[in-house]
Amino acid sequence: MISTTAKARSGRGSRRGADHGAWFLVLPALIPILVLSVGPLLYGVALAFTDSQSGRTTATQWTGLLNFQDLLHDTLFWDSFRIGLLWAVGVTVPQFLLALGLALLLNQNLRFRWLARALAIIPWAMPEVVVGIMWRLVYNPDAGILNETVRDLGLGDGRDWLTGLATALPAVILVGVWAGMPQTTVALLAGLQNTPPELHEAAALDGAGAWRRFRTVTWPAVKPVALAITALNFIWNFNSFALVYVLTNGGPGGRTRLPMLFAYEQAFRYGQFGYAAAMGCVMVAVISVMLAFYLVGRLKGGDDQ
Amino acid sequence: MTIRTSRSARAGQYLALLAYLVFLAFPFLWLVSTAFKPPRELGSLHPTWIPHSPTLDNFRQAFDEQPLLAAALNSLVAALSAAVIAVLLATPMAYVMARHRTKLSAAATGWVVVSQAFPFVLVIIPLFLILKNLHLINSLVGLVMVYVVWSLPFALWMLVGYVRAVPRELEEAAAVDGASRLRTLVSVVAPLLAPGIVATALFAFITAWNEFFFALVLLKTPSTQTLPVVLTHFLGAEGVADLGPLAAAACLATLPSLVVFALIQKRITGGMTAGAVKA
Repeated sequence: MISTTAKARSGRGSRRGADHGAWFLVLPALIPILVLSVGPLLYGVALAFTDSQSGRTTATQWTGLLNFQDLLHDTLFWDSFRIGLLWAVGVTVPQFLLALGLALLLNQNLRFRWLARALAIIPWAMPEVVVGIMWRLVYNPDAGILNETVRDLGLGDGRDWLTGLATALPAVILVGVWAGMPQTTVALLAGLQNTPPELHEAAALDGAGAWRRFRTVTWPAVKPVALAITALNFIWNFNSFALVYVLTNGGPGGRTRLPMLFAYEQAFRYGQFGYAAAMGCVMVAVISVMLAFYLVGRLKGGDDQ
Repeated sequence: MTIRTSRSARAGQYLALLAYLVFLAFPFLWLVSTAFKPPRELGSLHPTWIPHSPTLDNFRQAFDEQPLLAAALNSLVAALSAAVIAVLLATPMAYVMARHRTKLSAAATGWVVVSQAFPFVLVIIPLFLILKNLHLINSLVGLVMVYVVWSLPFALWMLVGYVRAVPRELEEAAAVDGASRLRTLVSVVAPLLAPGIVATALFAFITAWNEFFFALVLLKTPSTQTLPVVLTHFLGAEGVADLGPLAAAACLATLPSLVVFALIQKRITGGMTAGAVKA
């Protein structure tokens, strides 16, 4: 066994050498990150200030804020942005509440818990495209199980859920909730399992009911995880693409055209690279501001506990 | 647990759990059911949960309609290469991030977070232009490059958690015995990390296997397309009769990720716990 002084000395003595070694270890990952992630991000932001287009022969030129000025007056974009926010909030909030409920249940000593845990994770493993296809089958007006159930219950003839102007957005939101529940549940479950059980028992001995125990013992313990996962979910959902692309491709009449779908069309259907990049910039900016407010507000709110 | 739960509360819990199970499982069961239904039953006005005369025709037809086998091979090559390369690159960096609280580690952690916030569109346009200049559009090589970098944040995050779980004393002992840094990493840390590395690689595999957006943008020629992209070719003006092959192909595309996921399910939740504790 090594004495503590020897440990401290070897730690301090190899400091300089360690830093050289560290660079050697970091470079293999750092170079691809710089070249294929950080670089393109900066390039993308720069493109937002140009008139870059696909397949053009003349040189790309700086246009300053022109793209952003155009965006300001692009009502289609702001419609899409509003839908994106509705979708992101509409998915993130129920996703969190449902996942919290499920995590609390899975944390109990129930029978079939293993089955529930396995099933709860399945949507996570599925390709998003398959999730979309699956729900298209559920929502299918003729051969779908949803309309069949509606008919069985005597609630009418059912609808064409994904192409109805009123039902399309709620229908895709439900799929979004379903698809994102596993990650959220697993993260919350991990948080719950960090709660010391003794605290629960002590609170129960003091006569605290289930709700009070949740408020005073469970919630403070899962709160950091809950904050992190809702913030991440919000970002992921706002930027989501594949699910809605497969379910409705933005239809009917743009009712489910999320900002990512809109930007994708601008970039790769109409070749407006600069304009689409400007959309991306606006999306990042708005989301960052909203998240900053959310996190600061929540963290402050937590101080009184 | 010494807290006693009343019988009615227990019953309520089981009921709630049942409701969750139904909600989570029914779309999947419906997909499987549709995959085995003959066209006559798919066209029926009263679809049933269990096919009356189950058939494998849908699977055969799915292979006839789209190049599923080639697509699956493309997916496999892309996902395997991306997973292996990502882990090879990420493990040393994760080690440094876990063991040294330097500015570099802080910057890397910051990037892991920031990279999550950027919409893909801001990344994909420049990547598309760069890869086009390198003639790597419509090529799995270009796609793998994108997948590697794209899976690095989560790989780093998981691996940092696993490295932290390796006792530091072992490395110090190796250092005292005169082992070089690389030597320590290869013969002391790596074996202990192996299960975590495998889990991370499998997770990166699933992510790449399931990925759609980058593949949609970067792969235009049908012969290079991956499974998720080819699956969307089934969509469009699908008649009721085409639902069977669509469901069959979707089932097949899900199988590999489900199998891999089952293998690492425990480890993923473990990795997430490690990350959660850190947060």
